[in-house]
Amino acid sequence: MNASSMADIAFLLLIFFLVTTTIASDKGLPMLLPPYNEDVPPELKKAEHNVFAVLINSRNELLVEKEPMELSAIREAAKVFLSNNGANEELSDNPQEAVVSLKGDRGTSYSTYLTVLDELTAAYNELRAEYLGITVEQYLSLDKSDPEQERAYKAARAAYPYQLSEAEPTDIGGN
Amino acid sequence: MSRFSNKERATPSISTASLPDIVFMLLFFFMVSTVMRETTIMVEQRIPPASQLQKLEKKSLVSFIYVGKPRDASLYGSEPKIQVNDVFINSEEIPLFVEQEKSKLSENERDQITMSLKIDRDAKMGIVTDVKQELRKANARKINYSSRFGSGTL
Repeated sequence: MNASSMADIAFLLLIFFLVTTTIASDKGLPMLLPPYNEDVPPELKKAEHNVFAVLINSRNELLVEKEPMELSAIREAAKVFLSNNGANEELSDNPQEAVVSLKGDRGTSYSTYLTVLDELTAAYNELRAEYLGITVEQYLSLDKSDPEQERAYKAARAAYPYQLSEAEPTDIGGN
Repeated sequence: MSRFSNKERATPSISTASLPDIVFMLLFFFMVSTVMRETTIMVEQRIPPASQLQKLEKKSLVSFIYVGKPRDASLYGSEPKIQVNDVFINSEEIPLFVEQEKSKLSENERDQITMSLKIDRDAKMGIVTDVKQELRKANARKINYSSRFGSGTL
């Protein structure tokens, strides 16, 4: 029996599937937005040394704690800030008081914003993983349905609570 | 000596009888590992990489919002737009979209709806912030910035 027509049919079906389907890979950076409040939120009285201010302008340049900084340096700087525990007076008193504040411009490009968010999240995750004595990959794949792993996860989160506040973006640079 | 004539002495060619079997195996692999694309994505989607990725927990509770420049600039212009479910919408129409998506879920699942944001790398934070504001108003606060694994600082 001539098998060449079988192969043709199979190729056709294969090409059809290759064209119409996607391999779904849905991963990303999760975030919980603050509840919407009609009134302007009250100015939180937070001591300046407990706030790690990150500003991004419309040219995707970063200003961290009033100093310009490269994207690659944020992770380390954030880790130093969070794990300071009062050593340096200009940095946080302890991780529970420490707040990271992120403010962009409407003209900032999304890729810069996402990279900054990724680096700040990495700083938190690395500190939490160090606290538990595991690697970051192990921390990220902790199974929360297992009670012991969940306890470890909660302990790490209590040690380094994720306190990131996003402010209204400025509208200075042209879009 | 030999009863076979010289003309029959060609080197035996490779049998291709198993070729359709191989192709069918590939076909079944694709049938099993892929999903039919439900919506045609009409905006540019070059999603920036990130390293701290977490999997989306329940696929059934996820709705997608695509943001980017339209692929067909002559029809839709070159300003970044928001696309949901095959149509372009304005940021003000997002709460309506959220309501529609919530109504597809059962009562107790509605609070756990997660919005997966697939945003092009060149989209500006202005439109992204508008989307986030509208999601806050619609009380769809669980969001996930969709991304693929990689480093953004390289």
